Amino acid sequence: MTAGTAETAPSGTARPLESTVDNWDMRLLPCGDRALLVELADSAGVVGLYAALRAAPPPGVVDMVPAARTLLLRLGPDETDLRAVAAAVRGAEPVWDERESRDRVEVPVRYDGEDLAEVARLTGLTEREVVAAHTGSEWTVAFCGFAPGFGYLTGGDPRLRVPRRAVPRTRVPAGAVALAGEYTGVYPRVSPGGWQLIGRTDLVVWQVDRDPPALLRPGTTVRFVEET
Amino acid sequence: MRRVDVRQVEVLSPGILATVQDLGRPGLAGLGVGWSGAADRAAFRLANRLVGNAEDAAAVEVTFGGLAVRARHHLVVAVTGAECPVTVDGRPEPVNSVLRLRPGAELRLGPPTRGLRNYVAVRGGLDVPAVLGSSSTDVLAGIGPGALATGDVLAVGEPRRPLPPVDLAPVAPPRDDELVLRVWLGPRDDWFTPEAVAALGREPFQVTSESDRVGMRLAGPVLERRRDGELPSEGTVRGALQVPPSGQPTLFLADHPVTGGYPVIAVVLAEDVDRAAQARPGTRLRFRVTQPTW
Repeated sequence: MTAGTAETAPSGTARPLESTVDNWDMRLLPCGDRALLVELADSAGVVGLYAALRAAPPPGVVDMVPAARTLLLRLGPDETDLRAVAAAVRGAEPVWDERESRDRVEVPVRYDGEDLAEVARLTGLTEREVVAAHTGSEWTVAFCGFAPGFGYLTGGDPRLRVPRRAVPRTRVPAGAVALAGEYTGVYPRVSPGGWQLIGRTDLVVWQVDRDPPALLRPGTTVRFVEET
Repeated sequence: MRRVDVRQVEVLSPGILATVQDLGRPGLAGLGVGWSGAADRAAFRLANRLVGNAEDAAAVEVTFGGLAVRARHHLVVAVTGAECPVTVDGRPEPVNSVLRLRPGAELRLGPPTRGLRNYVAVRGGLDVPAVLGSSSTDVLAGIGPGALATGDVLAVGEPRRPLPPVDLAPVAPPRDDELVLRVWLGPRDDWFTPEAVAALGREPFQVTSESDRVGMRLAGPVLERRRDGELPSEGTVRGALQVPPSGQPTLFLADHPVTGGYPVIAVVLAEDVDRAAQARPGTRLRFRVTQPTW
């Protein structure tokens, strides 16, 4: 069975919240008896809450999964007290700026991706301008998903927003650097994929015997550097 | 240093799919790594308890029978989960019991008569190298030792605690006509029409053949959305009923994707996911909506 998710999922479109629970636009949604989904107004809200809860993890929570607009809090297999988790979330003070403590990664890229010309056409830029835009701003890993170690990087040059390919590739090589929507990312290993490929890196972004195994973790600041 | 006295078990046939599992690798979902682990955690834990292992010791998960193994040393094993014919050197043995294998003895599992998955625990636990803290094979992410194959030899660890004083656990076999699973609505029930939410709790759904450790695709009433647009991808859990545009839900099991972009109408309670993991294609599921307790 193929799960209906792939890396096709994020649309990045903000939706208005239907209600707010407290003063920073946070909605607690049920997600079964061992998890709680917190919906926030935007990506910055997710980053703020994630930072706050990493510093003071709610009781029993063993996993936090940040995403575009949400933070999923998962209880350990033998934990059941969601009320305590909800209370901890409601009482959390968002951490809005943790830039000082962020990990920084530089990713060397050869910009020779198969879709570079198509991205230039879609954006109205020249290929060189696409490269300049991709290397010219700092990106941040908003969250991981799709595959182990696949980070969704946001905050880059808005001119680079391009749709996913109409027909996904069945095989994208490891190290492929790609664009889709408001995101850029690096494929951690060979996989199917629908993003627009603009280059490739030799940097190993995912390695199971490294601690931590993922190089591009939520909150990490990334700069792409052209390798010639 | 290589131990010369390590006990082993040899795979003669893995059947359709046999994997090594434990209780998975929680803690890395934020990096895109799912929990994985035994699909029916209750049956898995029982197998380990019967042979005096820690509940999270690595054991074999067998899908729809067909596993045959040969003990290379004296071993104590237990088979739990689905109701299926078990033989030791051709002699029938019950499931949920403690079995003693002599060197050379062959343990075989036939196709289950009720349920889908069996667990074969060996006293001492399987000694399989852990990846990211767990010996589980995640078939979606491709993490862990991978499916067992004919000729594989598995090392067995040292027993660390006494055998319990029971030989047989009184466990009802899985049901295969109709399962009633408790759910909590949400997180995205508000994406669906009131009729869809009502149908979820009222109409039966059938497990289709598109079922594996990732999830079970279900056939039933079409669950219509009341809003358009795409949901930004969000973290998801075992037990989630994710509804793609077809309106036919998928029930996520152990190797579910860490994030998903289709709305989740409801989530099956953790205990009941174990029973769901024993549902074969054709089994009828009913969902009983209960209220969140927080």
